[in-house]
Amino acid sequence: MRAGIILFPGINRESDIAIALEASLGHKPAMIWHRETDLAGIDLAVIPGGFSYGDYLRCGAMAAQSPVMRAVADHAARGGYVLGVCNGFQILTEAQLLPGALLRNAGLRFLSMDCFLSVERTDTVFTGQYEGHKIFRAPMAHGDGNYFADDSTLDRLEGEGLVAFRYCEGDGLVSPRANLNGSARNIAGIFSPNLRVLGLMPHPENLVDPLIGGTDGKPLFDSLNAIGKAA
Amino acid sequence: MDQPITVSLARSFGLSEEEYDRVLSIMGRTPSLTELGIFSVMWSEHCSYKSSRFWLKTLPTTAPWVIHGPGENAGVVDIGEGLAAIFKMESHNHPSFIEPYQGAATGVGGILRDVFTMGARPIANLNALRFGDPSLPVTKRVVDGVVRGIGGYGNCVGVPTVGGETNFHPSYNGNPLVNAMTVGIAEQNKIFLSAAAGIGNPVVYVGSKTGRDGIHGATMASAEFAADAEEKRPTVQVGDPFIEKLLIEACLELMATDAIIAIQDMGAAGLTSSSVEMAGKGGVGIELDLDHVPQREPDMSAYEMMLSESQERMLLVLKPGREAMARAIFEKWELDFAIVGRITDTGRIVVRHQGRTEADILLQPLADQAPLYERPYTEPAKPSSLGAVEDPVGVIPALLTLLACPDLAAKNWIWDQYDSAIGGQTVKRPGQADAAIIRIPGSSRALAVTTDCTPRYCAADPESGGAQAVAEAWRNITATGATPLAVTDNLNFGNPEKPPIMGQIVAAIRGMGIACRTLDFPIVSGNVSLYNETEGQGILPTPAIGAIGLIEDAAKVVGIALKPGLDLIVIGARRGELGQSLWLREILRREDGAPPAIDCALERRNGDFVRALILQGEVTACHDVSDGGLLVAIAEMALAGDTGANLLPSPEGTAPHAFWFGEDQAGYVLATSHATEILDQAKADGIPAARVGRAASDHLTLANGNAISLRELRIANQRFFADWFA
Repeated sequence: MRAGIILFPGINRESDIAIALEASLGHKPAMIWHRETDLAGIDLAVIPGGFSYGDYLRCGAMAAQSPVMRAVADHAARGGYVLGVCNGFQILTEAQLLPGALLRNAGLRFLSMDCFLSVERTDTVFTGQYEGHKIFRAPMAHGDGNYFADDSTLDRLEGEGLVAFRYCEGDGLVSPRANLNGSARNIAGIFSPNLRVLGLMPHPENLVDPLIGGTDGKPLFDSLNAIGKAA
Repeated sequence: MDQPITVSLARSFGLSEEEYDRVLSIMGRTPSLTELGIFSVMWSEHCSYKSSRFWLKTLPTTAPWVIHGPGENAGVVDIGEGLAAIFKMESHNHPSFIEPYQGAATGVGGILRDVFTMGARPIANLNALRFGDPSLPVTKRVVDGVVRGIGGYGNCVGVPTVGGETNFHPSYNGNPLVNAMTVGIAEQNKIFLSAAAGIGNPVVYVGSKTGRDGIHGATMASAEFAADAEEKRPTVQVGDPFIEKLLIEACLELMATDAIIAIQDMGAAGLTSSSVEMAGKGGVGIELDLDHVPQREPDMSAYEMMLSESQERMLLVLKPGREAMARAIFEKWELDFAIVGRITDTGRIVVRHQGRTEADILLQPLADQAPLYERPYTEPAKPSSLGAVEDPVGVIPALLTLLACPDLAAKNWIWDQYDSAIGGQTVKRPGQADAAIIRIPGSSRALAVTTDCTPRYCAADPESGGAQAVAEAWRNITATGATPLAVTDNLNFGNPEKPPIMGQIVAAIRGMGIACRTLDFPIVSGNVSLYNETEGQGILPTPAIGAIGLIEDAAKVVGIALKPGLDLIVIGARRGELGQSLWLREILRREDGAPPAIDCALERRNGDFVRALILQGEVTACHDVSDGGLLVAIAEMALAGDTGANLLPSPEGTAPHAFWFGEDQAGYVLATSHATEILDQAKADGIPAARVGRAASDHLTLANGNAISLRELRIANQRFFADWFA
């Protein structure tokens, strides 16, 4: 199982997620520049957080048009695994690899704080290690994390079990109070129908070390070891 | 732009008549407009430090661990393992009032460039902020814009914003202070300086294009505001953090090669100061051909290009033959790269544009004959001590009032808008410890970083206040377990041409110097911001101190969070000094008396004692005693740990309100499960130490039975920003 991190100008959490991936997978992920057109040898394409192209047009809109994203789309179409975090999630929705859009936070301010996430299913290669403890803490750091989709899309996501994470309180209660950015139905992350593409707004990669705030995010990266074993 | 060059034009550029005469004598002729522009910005207070330089030279700047002190783009200190910490603090005060978002954002961008231009990857940003009376609508607008601007820039460049401080006082109504600090890490053998060398070597411009923004920004930063401040908006620059992020990556990539001889960011006074300083420091000449400068707007004149303060630009001197390789790196990052000149042996700066020589100035007199003023000053009168004051409200109500006041109100509304976790090395985020803690990537070591100043102390007694600012920074680093290393200062004062203001400057620097010497805490970089006045009213003197410390094992760091079952011990004598205290201001509405006595030898004794205990693992949480005094410190620990405490009676002979709210210095609160050992050790070492309570329950309970729930304390502490920005 080989992971590769896609780099766009303005991406800034690539080293954070590289540290998390290396700690769980035991290898340094490849770094893939946005002009590349080939993901040969990569099983998991990771699009990290940041401000690709300054987010000046619309978050993720410019990056979604870059050459490497055509390669990522082909990789996904072949059943390849893709993980997009924060700006990476925004890019995946702009590239239409995941449905919906990330709007400005409800309060119109950047939000940087820990939130709690409820894990909606643990039978995926991204969430397997959350079996038995389905609530975890993760830092969020975004101005545009307010997940939006029309009702029929939301109904479909929920009906097909494609909601990955919801914002919740420390005890797991999915409440309006826990939904700081105003996301539809508290959605913090979603899967593609084949459960091989995951996008989420918070940053589990920033909680993988007991000294740096805790290890709540580590199971997500540990789970990825299942990729090599999955069909 | 065929303006006649006259003394009145020179005056409008900020030069005095006498300074203009000196320009004439250096040039031996009437200068061109571009030349006059170059002289005026290089001799502005902002670039020349002409009022402060005489006194700054008295500050201690050396220690065995200092690699580069003042004079470079930022200070550099040895942090072991072959690494160096590079850091500096700089003001962006005037622009932040005129245009708060861009003023603050470009302040962050500018200080980042000062640090990465030396080869460091920035790992932490901090901000020391002072705002006016919160009841004024303008203050709300400025706070909102400044906070959004700092977040907008720092979040996008991907450097965690981990600390700082925020105060409010009416003296900042028309003149807020935005002091931004950046800390970076570099390998000691890969530190880049700005002295140009090598006759014929190419001078290279990289980054953003040059526009007409910020022309004469350095001059604006060196003048008082009048009511027409709003009209100065065109002198404020506009920042682009996306370009800055690309510039960081491109510069660090080029720095990993051996192509660079010298590098300097184009900050205040842009292309002028970078080219003049690089050539001047190298003792060489420089020729610029402005036709090659990447330009954002058509028909820019030489004057405009030389004085533009467009952001995100750097000037480099490369080794010959490395141009193509360097160009490829910058083109990969989609940044402009242009060879705009070369190094000469003439000792002159020669600026050409469209075939004409627009400036030709001998560099040595431009630097050596820059004005240096030993301005007249009046020594500030020492304040008389406060004397006894009665408590009209009681201890618990006063605690609620203090925790709710703007200066002590929880600042999470601010830091929740700053990305503090990015980088994955933030051991202690804002609010978790007295200093933010950033681990050094790939190491068990960590840096402790803080900014501090208590302007009301400085106003009452500038010398004592200057010393206190240094001591508090030292204490905040110590309270985490780290060893304080070095200081960057940002001296914010009013108009130095007024003897009482100059007196504040002289006294504050004297106090800082005493503290730095006693604490072995050298000043390695800094910035001076004068003329912080509006309509003739000066700000409180504000010598903001930024500081860093080092801890070899980041796992030994302690925060402030209280946990159940621990004993609370106060280190340091509590005489109950209420002069200039927040209690006096918020409860009695008085700002008078002498600030608490500051004794840096005592600071050092108490602090070294506390740090040793932390490193021995005997302390679970530690918080210094500062604004609001002992009970506020305990309440902050209780809120951070969501754990209450039962407190012991205040000692005989000290009024309860003086004991709990006095701001006596050199004090720490420790939460520990080793109380007896610590008290014995303190006694043996002659350190004042006393048990003050024990952590328990969800209330703070005084010995007389009066109590307050943490819930009520939290509501009071959160109310100010929640209501203000509801």
